[in-house]
Amino acid sequence: MIIATNVSKRFGKLSALQDISTTCHAGQSIALIGPNGSGKTTFIKCLLGMVVPDNGFITFDGKNIGMDWQYRDRIGYMPQTGRYPDHMCIGQVLDMMTDLRGKRGKDLDRELIETWRLDTMLGKRMGTLSGGTRQKVSAALAFLFKPDVLILDEPTAGLDPLSSEMLKEKIRRERAQGRLILITSHILSDLEDIISEIIYLQEGRLVFHKAWVTLREDTGEARLSRAIAQLMKKAN
Amino acid sequence: MRKIIKYVMLDILRNKIIIAYACLLVLLGFSLFNMNDSTDKGLLSLMNVVLIIVPLVSLVFSAIYLYNATEFIELLVSQPIRRRDIWLSLFTGLAGSLAIAFLAGCSIPVLISGAMKEVGLLLFIGTLLSIIFAAIAMLAVVHTRDKARGIGLTTMLWLFFTLLFDGIVLFILFQFMDYPLEKAMIVMSMLNPIDLSRVIMLLQLDISAMMGVTSAVFRSAFGSPLGMGIAIAVLLMWVVLPLWSSLRTFQHKDL
Repeated sequence: MIIATNVSKRFGKLSALQDISTTCHAGQSIALIGPNGSGKTTFIKCLLGMVVPDNGFITFDGKNIGMDWQYRDRIGYMPQTGRYPDHMCIGQVLDMMTDLRGKRGKDLDRELIETWRLDTMLGKRMGTLSGGTRQKVSAALAFLFKPDVLILDEPTAGLDPLSSEMLKEKIRRERAQGRLILITSHILSDLEDIISEIIYLQEGRLVFHKAWVTLREDTGEARLSRAIAQLMKKAN
Repeated sequence: MRKIIKYVMLDILRNKIIIAYACLLVLLGFSLFNMNDSTDKGLLSLMNVVLIIVPLVSLVFSAIYLYNATEFIELLVSQPIRRRDIWLSLFTGLAGSLAIAFLAGCSIPVLISGAMKEVGLLLFIGTLLSIIFAAIAMLAVVHTRDKARGIGLTTMLWLFFTLLFDGIVLFILFQFMDYPLEKAMIVMSMLNPIDLSRVIMLLQLDISAMMGVTSAVFRSAFGSPLGMGIAIAVLLMWVVLPLWSSLRTFQHKDL
């Protein structure tokens, strides 16, 4: 569904992505793992067209995203730090996004809004929200339009254990519906039972892209964190 | 695209600065017409004030608004919306609200004072200047990531167009006094939208005779309907070129 070919990006002297090539299929649930500054968020922003690669290209369902913008209609994106106009309240933001996406009156997935009881605080201004609540709004927006692809950048960071569990449950259900899910997270234990594939990035390079099952067999470890640690030791 | 313009406009009109700006223009207009005994002189003073204030407010307000809208722009870019539409909507919203504020603020005192002659031109030029400097601000903002630096840059641009440019022109005039500079003067006036607007308006007012030899040069160049058409076309270029250039940069910008 998404094919990246030799994607490279430099920010000044820093090379954020180097020759990343990978393929993601519908129905997969892929974890993007790597140390801080390894290029995970940059890669995600490239997928969304927010960052334009210096080299290489990305296709979405066979179409180069450099020329296209409509493909984003099929993506739900939850940013690492959701930034919204401070003076708008939750209800206005939700309404504006629905309007801009042309989905007014359409069938929307308001499940997260209801489970987190965001609908009781629609009148709260974005500027006054706590980091966790803001994350919840971001997540709710990502799932709202029933997209084919979900891109979640550190979805559970800042959420309380209960809300985080609700979100994971939701992700699991969406995965069962055959959506492509891309997640980055540093909390590897959160990922273990959600993901099917792992992409490991380090210093902007793609170290490996393997199925979780294969990785388990290769390393003989049942836990993701141990498996990754073992691979990192080997690499050094 | 219309939807984004709606959200931008709503956002700007909620802003009290733009209303204060319109009120300031009303106050200035009334005081200038009351200070001068003839409406012609009042109009001339108003024109001079407009030529200073409109570019300043358009530049600085647009820059501040665009920097404050960074989050909004980031949010929009990740959505299924063309980048071109986002940028042009921002421009339309900004230029539109600035133009509306100017028209509302300026036309009230002008119409009440009964100065009918050449009022249309003043309003037209002022509106055009609002749009031109909104476009220039967008160009400045798209090239500077840092808010403080960007606002500083727009202020410097304002200083350049209102003061420094004229200084440079005078300097050139004095240095090359012995040479015929008429054609060069006309070209130079086109390089500054404020100067060009001033020339256009002065030529339409009766006092242009006081401008001396230069006036004759400008009159021969811009006095005819064709010359006037060219001058306005040049002003329109001052909207199109910065906007087009900023759009090209924005389309490849990393957010």
